[in-house]
Amino acid sequence: MSADKNLLSKLAVGDKHGEDSPYFDGWKAYDNNPFHPEHNPQGVIQMGLAENQLCSDLIKEWIKANPQASICTAEGIDGFSDIAVFQDYHGLKQFRQAIAAFMERARGGRAKFEEERVVMSGGATGANETLMFCLADRGDAFLVPTPYYAAFDRDLSWRTGVRLIPVECNSSNNFQVTKQALESAYLNAQETGIKIKGLILANPSNPLGTSLNKETLQTLMDFINDKQIHLVCDEIYAATVFAEPGFISVAEMIQEMDHVNRDLIHIVYSLSKDMGLPGFRVGVVYSYNDTVVTCARRMSSFGLVSSQTQSFLAAMLSDQVFVDNFLKEVSKRVAKRHLVFTEGLKEMGVSCLRSNAGLFVLMDLRQMLRDQTFESEMSLWRIIINKVKINISPGSSFHCSEPGWFRVCFANMDEDTLQIALQRMKNFVVRDKENKNCNNKKRKSFQENLKLSFSSKMYDDHVRSPRLMSPHSPLVRT
Amino acid sequence: MGTLSKKATCNTHGQDSSYFLGWEEYEKNPYDEFKNPDGIIQMGLAENQLSFDLIESWLAKNPEAANFEREGQSIFRELALFQDYHGLPSFKNAMADFMSENRGNRVCFDPRKLVLTAGATSANETLMFCLADPGDAFLLPTPYYPGFDRDLKWRTGVEIVPIQCTSANGFRITKSALEEAYKQALKLNLKVKGVLITNPSNPLGTTITRTELNRLLDFVSRKNLHLISDEIYSGTVFTSPSFISVMEVLKEKKLENSDVSKRVHIVYSLSKDLGLPGFRVGVIYSNDIVVSAATKMSSFGLISSQTQYLLSALLSDKNFTKNYLKENQTRLKNRHNKLVSGLEDVGIECLRSNAGLFCWVDMRHLLSSNTFEAEIELWKKIVYEVKLNVSPGSSCHCNEPGWFRVCFANMSEETLNVALNRLKMFIDGPSSTTRSQSEHQRLKSLRKMRVSNWVFRLSFQDREPEER
Repeated sequence: MSADKNLLSKLAVGDKHGEDSPYFDGWKAYDNNPFHPEHNPQGVIQMGLAENQLCSDLIKEWIKANPQASICTAEGIDGFSDIAVFQDYHGLKQFRQAIAAFMERARGGRAKFEEERVVMSGGATGANETLMFCLADRGDAFLVPTPYYAAFDRDLSWRTGVRLIPVECNSSNNFQVTKQALESAYLNAQETGIKIKGLILANPSNPLGTSLNKETLQTLMDFINDKQIHLVCDEIYAATVFAEPGFISVAEMIQEMDHVNRDLIHIVYSLSKDMGLPGFRVGVVYSYNDTVVTCARRMSSFGLVSSQTQSFLAAMLSDQVFVDNFLKEVSKRVAKRHLVFTEGLKEMGVSCLRSNAGLFVLMDLRQMLRDQTFESEMSLWRIIINKVKINISPGSSFHCSEPGWFRVCFANMDEDTLQIALQRMKNFVVRDKENKNCNNKKRKSFQENLKLSFSSKMYDDHVRSPRLMSPHSPLVRT
Repeated sequence: MGTLSKKATCNTHGQDSSYFLGWEEYEKNPYDEFKNPDGIIQMGLAENQLSFDLIESWLAKNPEAANFEREGQSIFRELALFQDYHGLPSFKNAMADFMSENRGNRVCFDPRKLVLTAGATSANETLMFCLADPGDAFLLPTPYYPGFDRDLKWRTGVEIVPIQCTSANGFRITKSALEEAYKQALKLNLKVKGVLITNPSNPLGTTITRTELNRLLDFVSRKNLHLISDEIYSGTVFTSPSFISVMEVLKEKKLENSDVSKRVHIVYSLSKDLGLPGFRVGVIYSNDIVVSAATKMSSFGLISSQTQYLLSALLSDKNFTKNYLKENQTRLKNRHNKLVSGLEDVGIECLRSNAGLFCWVDMRHLLSSNTFEAEIELWKKIVYEVKLNVSPGSSCHCNEPGWFRVCFANMSEETLNVALNRLKMFIDGPSSTTRSQSEHQRLKSLRKMRVSNWVFRLSFQDREPEER
């Protein structure tokens, strides 16, 4: 086997895909014992998956009313052969137009998008990787504010060889990125000879669930313009914004800040979150830089959107009445879910980072940590998965600089399941409080007696090598 | 600062090559029977447009697949959310079965060894990422599909070193050509990781012989290399000899569990056999670590779940697949024969072929000189005067000038007739003032001689030909 490994690439045998991280243990626990209201009511509830299942009824209704949108139905079959052969990497014109229109509507009409700049990709996953290939060479770096979406490590770095330099944000100001933090990270990188090509971030943020205010956006844009480095804004959660300050896209800012070099500005978008269609693999690279548009378009050959899907979405997203109603409903339903969940947590004394977007909240469980370390965070996390039977995501998997924060998703289940999850949390929180009131000795023994259903090896590894559990600095890793 | 990557500013994407320029000319002035009868006819696009009616009639009989339904229940939500890179199990099963059927069930494909990718384009690039590091090389027999320059090299940093094949023996892969290519790579300080073949070949339209496959397996075995067989045209074999997959040869030689078999990888797609390039359906068939790594990489180009679902229903219908494969092949054969005889009528020969969506056409006798400049000169005439977009051999890295790939399956029969008439006018007509009657006679007898030579060579194709 080792002889075989030498014949493969470093990419294939290495672990930079990041999937061996303990973060995935929660998923494995869920896969082995998934909750089902009838078949498995004691199973693990999946709250680690940022999916939007709140609005599929609206899409189903539209599909029923519009059979001609499918190339496979009697009403639409005349279009079958033309669509089936269509592999032009420019994409169907009507698809590009519909996407541009949808992006505009999702920003309340405050920014216009040109269909010639809409470039397809294999989901936002493909879009982010493609932009790295276009903007940076192997060994170059991008700044990224923490905490950030765990899979950025794979999407941005794995095959591209681009390094990620974290810009640390902390809870003292609700994890907002500051000019100081940016300058500091940039300077440190320069001093160690690392070439920074740009800054990448998600707005609204995953896992924070917050959207950037105007001031912060101005800071970011002035920063990258001053350094003449790129700004990549992943706006995948744009339509999930439900409260102040509303969603402000970098596309709007560009209109106001015309001293900023447009060639540096690039947007990533997708229908996976706003529309709840991750299976359809619709990613968009939208760049204000003509060379990047051309390059990204050529690269899109490696991840084009199925023409069947392009054709279907072109029809649906061109229906302005449907789109406007849909966008209104997304925001409304996300807001409602968010309220039910955060109120439910508040009742049991658990607070969350104040958020106005996204399909999740960042839950503050710092009080429940044995001590303010990532070891304790992982320890608590394992208890929540195995004892409370909820899969949530520990802040360390998002490179959060402070232990005790957990991302919990609320839009990928029905309301009843959400209530069950809240009840389980409540039981756990109450018991934890009770235990805290006992003396330390008794509490220690309670925790030690908890049955952990992980393989003992994993548990032993955790105990024996605590350093594994602290967040790895990307500087050290790469 | 603010600069782009080297990849963005170089031209390794290969899109400045003549292959793509012909496309651009076509885009500016595309033929349409009614709207633009003087436009350029696209014969540079290897598409299969001959059998849509078969798929359309299947769709008409199977509305559930079309309507996101299964047993009367809507599965829309399930599909909309399905982004598991392991793929829809029913789809993988159906693909594995279809691939086995395409090989007469002489080999059996295991769905667990399949990786789904967004087209063969993505499959080939992904395999490079898995098998080679930047600066490593793969050997490819020439002539080869022009898109390989982009797909295999651009973002991966992998190099291609050609295995030179020539018309002297029908462009077959010889042992000495393999060794020579390997030596050449060493001279260039490149570490060779493997060989990539397209079987059936693009642009030749021929299936690779058992002898060549054995030769290749010996070679990769001795040198400890990988062998990738891109079998995207496997369903387009329309006449004998029948298609032999490298998987069959491994089975015959009882090498299925050997070391070398772990280094054999297949690429497949539905873009050519089923004529569905828009749906972006590609697969990698491989082993263990490669399947594991490639599956993770497929995140960058997964197949749309609605497409997986539709095709799993289509391909699971064995009546459909059996009938489709047979009928499609008949239609391809007829079309192929039409093009070949039409070309013969004007004194142009093709490499004898039994597969693919194109012919490898010999226009060496029409060159003003035996050079690539003359080839491009002739190509420009064909594009701008004859108004046919064909692919010059140089764009396929052919080492002999004068060969052109001409596609026949991406148009109606009427359009093919128009194309052949235009060619006839060009060759025989008043504009070709260099073509006298005697010249035409000379070409006719030359053609007869070549044909008999070719027949002579064919009967010896299973023996080791005289090395160059």
